[in-house]
Amino acid sequence: MGICDGILTSAVQAATESGASRIERIEVSIGELTEVMDDALRFAFEALKEGTMAEGAELVVHYVEARSQCTECGAVFRHDRFDPKCPECGSYVITLVQGRELRIDAIDVE
Amino acid sequence: MRIDIAKDVLARNDALADENRRRFADAGVFVVDLMASPGAGKTTTILATIAALRDRYRIAVIEGDIASRVDAEKISEHGIPAVQINTGGACHLESAMIRRAIDQLDLDALDLIIVENVGNLVCPTEFDLGEHAKVMILSVPEGHDKPYKYPGIFEISEAVILNKYDTRSVFDFDEDEFRSVVGRLNPRAPIFPMSAKTGEGVEAWVAWLSERIESAQGGGSHDAR
Ligand SMILES: [Zn+2]
Repeated sequence: MGICDGILTSAVQAATESGASRIERIEVSIGELTEVMDDALRFAFEALKEGTMAEGAELVVHYVEARSQCTECGAVFRHDRFDPKCPECGSYVITLVQGRELRIDAIDVE
Repeated sequence: MRIDIAKDVLARNDALADENRRRFADAGVFVVDLMASPGAGKTTTILATIAALRDRYRIAVIEGDIASRVDAEKISEHGIPAVQINTGGACHLESAMIRRAIDQLDLDALDLIIVENVGNLVCPTEFDLGEHAKVMILSVPEGHDKPYKYPGIFEISEAVILNKYDTRSVFDFDEDEFRSVVGRLNPRAPIFPMSAKTGEGVEAWVAWLSERIESAQGGGSHDAR
């Protein structure tokens, strides 16, 4: 799976550059509007980390809720994907502020 | 020791997608990425699109598949260059695979590349290939409630083809409900009811596609998404 591969590649690269020998923990942020499923991600991580510096690493996932700002009245609000309507003024003209993240935040290395 | 990275997981894919995008722009070729479940009629839709547009545009096809090359052979039989990408088990195409595929094509001799993505409604949505438009094909037998299960692909598609439209009475497809959900997820995407097999409704789809090709080729600006 490409997303998991991207996480591991970035982590191993950063660890190698810092002269570390082992990755203990990888922290990522995943937006709830992405198509990443927790089970699938963890399954792929377990399979792909074998034989890498991250073999013993723990994957910590921070899920980021969807928030948008109303273009009409400026309100910032949480919403689900099927009803992104401003609770203040009822407008559907909104700009997504967060919720589509696929980001590797930090790693702990030894 | 803690190391801050704060980097997009798909940064490498996106950088290669940008490179692909530049190559397409330089050659003046429009690229559409078709996504659908297995059995939705991707290959039939591609063949119908080729039949309708081959006199006006020089077309090639990039076929993504987990393992076989059956579809590429079907396309080649019609005298259209087809490159097969076997993803080796991966459930989606990535920009690096597209880069290898376009190395096998003469981009300057093309106006349109149709990419057939791997049959999957989840993973392809996250991967920018450098294409101009992602288009999804839903077939009537899959049901009008599909957008509730796979909202991401409807959000990211610039148009939705509703294929096998001739079977709608058999499958009790609630078109109003379907249009209302897709409209909420993606108010800008047109929906094209059609039957790639009978040819019904294909005209509206190819008219939209032609318009996009013309504006990409004529406009000079290639802001993809
Ligand atoms: Zn508002």
